[in-house]
Amino acid sequence: MDSLWSSIEPLLDGVSTPGRYVGGELGARSPVHDPGRVSWLLVYPDTYEIGLPNQGLQILYELLNERPDSLAERAYAPWVDMEAALRGAGLPLFSLENHLPARAFDVIAFNLSAELVYTNVLNLIDLAGMAVRASERAAGDPIVIAGGHCAFNPEPLAEFIDAFAIGDGEEVVGEINETLAAHRGTDERWSDRAAVLRSLAEIEGVYVPSLYEAHFANGRLLGVSPRLPDVPATVSKRTVADLADWPYPRQQLVPLIEVVHDRLNVEVFRGCTRGCRFCQAGMITRPVRERPAEQVFTMVQSGLERTGYDEVALTSLSTADFSGIEDTVRRIISDPQHGEHVAVSLPSLRVDAFTVGTAAEISRVRRTGLTFAPEGGTWRMRRVINKLIREEDLYGAVDAAFSQGWRRVKLYFLIGLPTERDEDVIGIAVLAKRCVEIGRRYHRSPTVTVSVGGFVPKPQTPFQWHGQDTIGELRRKIDLLRRACRGVRGLTLRWHDPEATAVEGLVSRGDRRVGAVIERVWRAGGTFQEWSERFDLRLWLDALAAEGLCLDDVVHRSRDRDEVLAWDHISAGLHRDFLWSDYQDSLNEAVVEDCRWTPCYDCGACTSGALEHVVASPVPPAGGSQGTGQDLSCGDRVPVRVLGR
Amino acid sequence: MTTTLRFRYAKLGKVRFTSHRDVARMWERALRRSGLPVAWSKGFSPRPLLSFGYALPTGCESVAEYLDVHLAEEEGTPDRPDGEQSETSADEQRPWSPAGCVAALPGRLSPLLPQGVDVLAVGKLGDGVDSLQQAVTSCSWELEVLGVPAEELATRVEDLLDARSAVLRRERNGLQADGDLRPSVRALTVLGAVDDVPGQKVARCRLHAELATQPRGLRVAELVQRLGADLTLVRACRTQQWIERDGIRCDPLAMTGRAEDSFHAPHAEGRAS
Repeated sequence: MDSLWSSIEPLLDGVSTPGRYVGGELGARSPVHDPGRVSWLLVYPDTYEIGLPNQGLQILYELLNERPDSLAERAYAPWVDMEAALRGAGLPLFSLENHLPARAFDVIAFNLSAELVYTNVLNLIDLAGMAVRASERAAGDPIVIAGGHCAFNPEPLAEFIDAFAIGDGEEVVGEINETLAAHRGTDERWSDRAAVLRSLAEIEGVYVPSLYEAHFANGRLLGVSPRLPDVPATVSKRTVADLADWPYPRQQLVPLIEVVHDRLNVEVFRGCTRGCRFCQAGMITRPVRERPAEQVFTMVQSGLERTGYDEVALTSLSTADFSGIEDTVRRIISDPQHGEHVAVSLPSLRVDAFTVGTAAEISRVRRTGLTFAPEGGTWRMRRVINKLIREEDLYGAVDAAFSQGWRRVKLYFLIGLPTERDEDVIGIAVLAKRCVEIGRRYHRSPTVTVSVGGFVPKPQTPFQWHGQDTIGELRRKIDLLRRACRGVRGLTLRWHDPEATAVEGLVSRGDRRVGAVIERVWRAGGTFQEWSERFDLRLWLDALAAEGLCLDDVVHRSRDRDEVLAWDHISAGLHRDFLWSDYQDSLNEAVVEDCRWTPCYDCGACTSGALEHVVASPVPPAGGSQGTGQDLSCGDRVPVRVLGR
Repeated sequence: MTTTLRFRYAKLGKVRFTSHRDVARMWERALRRSGLPVAWSKGFSPRPLLSFGYALPTGCESVAEYLDVHLAEEEGTPDRPDGEQSETSADEQRPWSPAGCVAALPGRLSPLLPQGVDVLAVGKLGDGVDSLQQAVTSCSWELEVLGVPAEELATRVEDLLDARSAVLRRERNGLQADGDLRPSVRALTVLGAVDDVPGQKVARCRLHAELATQPRGLRVAELVQRLGADLTLVRACRTQQWIERDGIRCDPLAMTGRAEDSFHAPHAEGRAS
């Protein structure tokens, strides 16, 4: 297969940021293709700058290139100018390593980290030179696979993807590869494409949508059921039991051009049991699996040395909860090998003064801004969503931040949450103003930026039944907030476009019928819909109308307990009745504690997968649960496996 | 006295599609990996003290890029002449020892930089040397353009050189303004036709240009635009930067003072030429 580079190169003088298309990163491989290796093209369906840092894609990239029977290259969505140039020159989507056409690969695998990229997925399949609908693909075409958090409701993309991988990818990617290798033909790529898909469906955690039928009556989904007796009725997610077995990425890619999160990233644990009810990531990645502190340190040390980065982020859904986080960061910054200019960042700070103290200690360089996410404007609201931050915790954290040299504080909130009243919305402004006042004690012109997103109820969470606020209602709440924040010097209010929030709701909780809507939007030119300058609500409304669907029914309507949900046949391990009772608790403002340090409340995540939490300490870190100071440890009834390494 | 090293490096091949700022970040990472004791700025947000010369436009190649690296003073290090071999094992254990290593730097840094960025030479700067941005007065370029045969291009070049002024509307910081580019064209010659590109249908020519950077810089794209709207610049490589003082033109590495203070990397230079 010949490289397309000589044809691509002349196009690059005429496009923005041409460095996106050349590869050449530190850590990039140039795999040699041969018939004995199944070739994967790993695609992130957004720009290079957004996609390159994705750790999931980088982990699979390394695993597949380490195996003797597989290899992997990468591609990202070309920006609209480059796409036009490629189509104008009759060129397809290409890989960055060897600049090979996408169709030269046996597998095209998409990372789905956000729902608004779905039209890009269709566009990239088309740019690869294949039919966008799986049923219309040629027998010898690459198999199109997708994985990532959005795969927990695969139905909107069911018509376009040959197979979904649900949950952690580390183990299943090898099993998929072995199955594909067994089906490779001698003349054609696949001896029998239908048989390949049947075999993939036998792998635990793999969902092959064409083997399932979605039944509808009177405009309602009745169920998604297997077409064949030996296909499982429910597909359960895959979970890696112990992160210590997977110290990846070992060779994180260092890009030539600037990307988001341009730093070394080391995942310190996966899963979160704080129990925030709006958080899909926290629900679908349970249980908590900590990486041993020693391995974290080794990965940081070798990573910094290899990459030359001067910043390392310890990533997870709530890094301050990592057992012994202080010792770990102190060890990193006091390691003489890294010098005095290494910064450690904790991307997900817990809201309490204690955490800020740790942050102050470790960010001696480049102290720019600190971000906290109280999410709700009042204590009542925060009880509903189970984000148990008291006002004192927030003010203590903000006081600590301003007093220790930070000048900018950023606060994240959601609006449109279940049971929300106007006073909860105005409560956001009250908190923010108070934070500005605290800042004035220490600085002449402190800045507090309030960032407000519209709440999108996500599949596999307690709010999966809940009707999302309409565009008009979100706008009204934003106006309330704007009025309440007006005239306060140092207070900046930013908000997410409610129209984009509505469409995110549509593709998050849509069923198989939404696929046709996505296809129409794509055909009308609606790519890069997560980019505000490209987003166009009109395209979506027109497509919905053409398909006889409406936002009210899919997005804004609350479901009954027994209504079939589009993702009911996909299991994240969570019991449906646990999610429902947690939803009811939330409406009653009843809270749950973190099950890492308290007795199990049987959400199902551990028991369905025969798994346990893997943590180094069975007691909560200093600072308590979300800073509430409660003693949450309850002795030996806690179902954790304490690391004995 | 602090030490400043001036590096000359190439930017060739695919890496030419990265920006000037991208190259700066590549250097920061490479220098950290090398263990070279780079000085840092003081204050709220310390940065490594590196000064780059004139930005190379994204997409252009070069065999004449320069970078000044300011080194932190190392306490208790005896001031030994450069180039002398270090004799102690303690020196080997340290990532970089100031004595004896300058000559080895091109060979040590090139593998730490992306493919296509090669360190060609290095020298120690004397005191009071102007920064590259202040000092460099012109740059030499080798250009390849598509569109017209060599003879036609030669006529246009002659016309331009004969003209007293050559006005071009150009955009700077979003504002359009007419400017006379003639004073900035120090030299311009057609080197000949390029006819060894397979499948090529349009006439392709090679040019040499020397363009001033002061008082106003002229971009290669602007020069080609002035030579004719029917021309497309397909390749541009900066081949030299010049510092002119009192009518004498010299290479920025000649500012390092004594000739023995600069070290070249013949293999990298060979690859780059």
